[in-house]
Amino acid sequence: MTSLWPWLALVGLGAFHGVNPAMGWLFAVALGLHRQSARIVWLSLVPIALGHAASIAMVVALVTAFGTVLDLRNLQLATACLILGLAGYYGLYGHRHRVRVGMRTGMAGLTLWSFLMATSHGAGLMLVPAVLSLCLTNQAGFAMSSSLPISLAAVAVHTGAMLAVIAAIALVVFGWLGLAALRPAWINFDRLWTLALGATGTILLVS
Amino acid sequence: MATWRPDPSFYPSPRMAAKAPKETLAYVAAFDPDRQRPDAIAVVDVDPASQTYSQIVGQVEMPNVGDELHHFGWNACSSCLCPNAPHPHVERRYLVVPGLRSSRLHIIDTKPDPRKPQIARVIEPSEIAEKANYSRLHTIHCGPEGIYVNALADRDGNAPGGIFLIDHDSFDVLGQWEMDRGPQKLAYDFWWHLGHDTMITSEWGTPDTFENGLVPEVLLGSNYGRRLHFWDLTKRKHVQEIDFGEEHQLVFELRPAHDPTKAYGFVGCVISLKDLSASIWTWYREGNKWAVKKVIEIPAEPADPDLLPPVLQGFKAVAPLVTDIDLSMDDRFLYVSCWGTGDMIQYDVSDPLAPKETGRVRIGGIVARTTHPKASNGALNGGPQMVEISRDGKRVYFTNSLYGAIDPQFYPEGIDGWMVKLDVGDNGGIAFDENFFVDWPKGHRPHQVRLEGGDCSSDSYCYP
Repeated sequence: MTSLWPWLALVGLGAFHGVNPAMGWLFAVALGLHRQSARIVWLSLVPIALGHAASIAMVVALVTAFGTVLDLRNLQLATACLILGLAGYYGLYGHRHRVRVGMRTGMAGLTLWSFLMATSHGAGLMLVPAVLSLCLTNQAGFAMSSSLPISLAAVAVHTGAMLAVIAAIALVVFGWLGLAALRPAWINFDRLWTLALGATGTILLVS
Repeated sequence: MATWRPDPSFYPSPRMAAKAPKETLAYVAAFDPDRQRPDAIAVVDVDPASQTYSQIVGQVEMPNVGDELHHFGWNACSSCLCPNAPHPHVERRYLVVPGLRSSRLHIIDTKPDPRKPQIARVIEPSEIAEKANYSRLHTIHCGPEGIYVNALADRDGNAPGGIFLIDHDSFDVLGQWEMDRGPQKLAYDFWWHLGHDTMITSEWGTPDTFENGLVPEVLLGSNYGRRLHFWDLTKRKHVQEIDFGEEHQLVFELRPAHDPTKAYGFVGCVISLKDLSASIWTWYREGNKWAVKKVIEIPAEPADPDLLPPVLQGFKAVAPLVTDIDLSMDDRFLYVSCWGTGDMIQYDVSDPLAPKETGRVRIGGIVARTTHPKASNGALNGGPQMVEISRDGKRVYFTNSLYGAIDPQFYPEGIDGWMVKLDVGDNGGIAFDENFFVDWPKGHRPHQVRLEGGDCSSDSYCYP
């Protein structure tokens, strides 16, 4: 059972990203409303998931690559510093978005948008503690042979959880609920995320 | 500071915004044409149940004189809910108030007491010149990338005018908006179709052709603005120019459909050189291009030259001078201010290419001088000008001054300011609220009106 919590963390983070309207489901619903098509809502989920997966895969790949040359403690410290730096930036300056993808975007634009949103949020960095612990479960150090499939599985599990949640919410909002629910329900996920970054970075630093 | 939930005045769609609670306060830009005392943002009580209904209940003065406050706006609005650029936890709290003559920008805090707004920050012209290379600030819109401000000239007072961005949290000037301005030189108004990634801009002239009043030679030479420009909103590139032709001068206020899935809107042209008529044009998609069509023409009215100001005497007619228009939240009714004749006209624009007149009232006017039931002197001057509609479309407010240097060209004895309100029938039709007449205090003239919580020219929406 000791190896279960990292998987749960990956799923939980995926679900959190999925719930956040700023990470994709709202864009999918908007495109569906504009083109009056439920099919567009479903189709839009694919590039959103792809962009998100690409962003976290990039970060996880970098970390596993460094894992083969750095010792674990240094890797943890470096990750902690990056996460805390991001938390500090968001705490000071807020979450800023400069828009380069508009409402007429195609699937490629949507993939890019999702990639940028996930990357600027530090979505991949937050997976690092879980991925590190998974890669280390069976052996004392990193080995490319075992880290690669584990990392891929981590990306897949996280993205799968996110995709399931955005699909469920997009379906319910597009089909039944409508967007009026946004007004009271859109809590400040950015602030929660900043707090989560800060907590994760701190734990990683002192653990 | 960021909030935990979206500002309650943000609505995903215009349909939802139309169900917003009634406004109780209006903010009105008031300026001193003599530039002797500071301009101000006045707070007018528009709650019929209030003891002070139809009175100015608060005011904040600017720190300088001679700003000529113009088309101000909010720091944040419903476009904060857009899915591609969400920032929904910003408060609609600050009025961003530009000085057209001074190029100074004022950030005014409407909290904690909305009746006692206070200056929170002043951005000096030098900072705007340095960071954005613009001057003569005209119109504010909150939008996807922050606060958009347009300017009628570059820092030296020449063409091109354009748009720059301000951060909606820090109010720092971020810089020029355009990346490729193509042939665009003149500026006046701007707005967008968020659902079509399109910005539209219109044209007036350079400061040397309006700061001392309209120049007849420039007008008769058709050298004031007469074009619309269409831009890619996300790439910030000019994509198309439409010239209305030599006959048409002063292409002013832009009112795109509020429904973001619709790709049409309305623009007013102040005057035709052929017959002094004013006109409303609809822009719309034709294939993969934008096109325009003149959908309303408002003729000049013959008049006794003795009753006309010198600029119009030779024509023996009073020009309608359409200087502002506004579109109701449901995209059904267009209101057209005829500052010359004194008419406020309501059109049903359900079919945007075939408007039908559904209501008309008259007040003031160069020749008519029509009064209001609650006015004391019986002969009002100035005419319907900046017009604003409540979000539910039931109430329309307007004031009577255009621009300090141009007012006396058409109203040579000066303008005594007033603000009035219309009630709108369920299926159109307009009538004065006989209990609402603000006899504006002498020394100031009222211009743009903004309503508490948002109105029909303050917010844009990403969802239908």
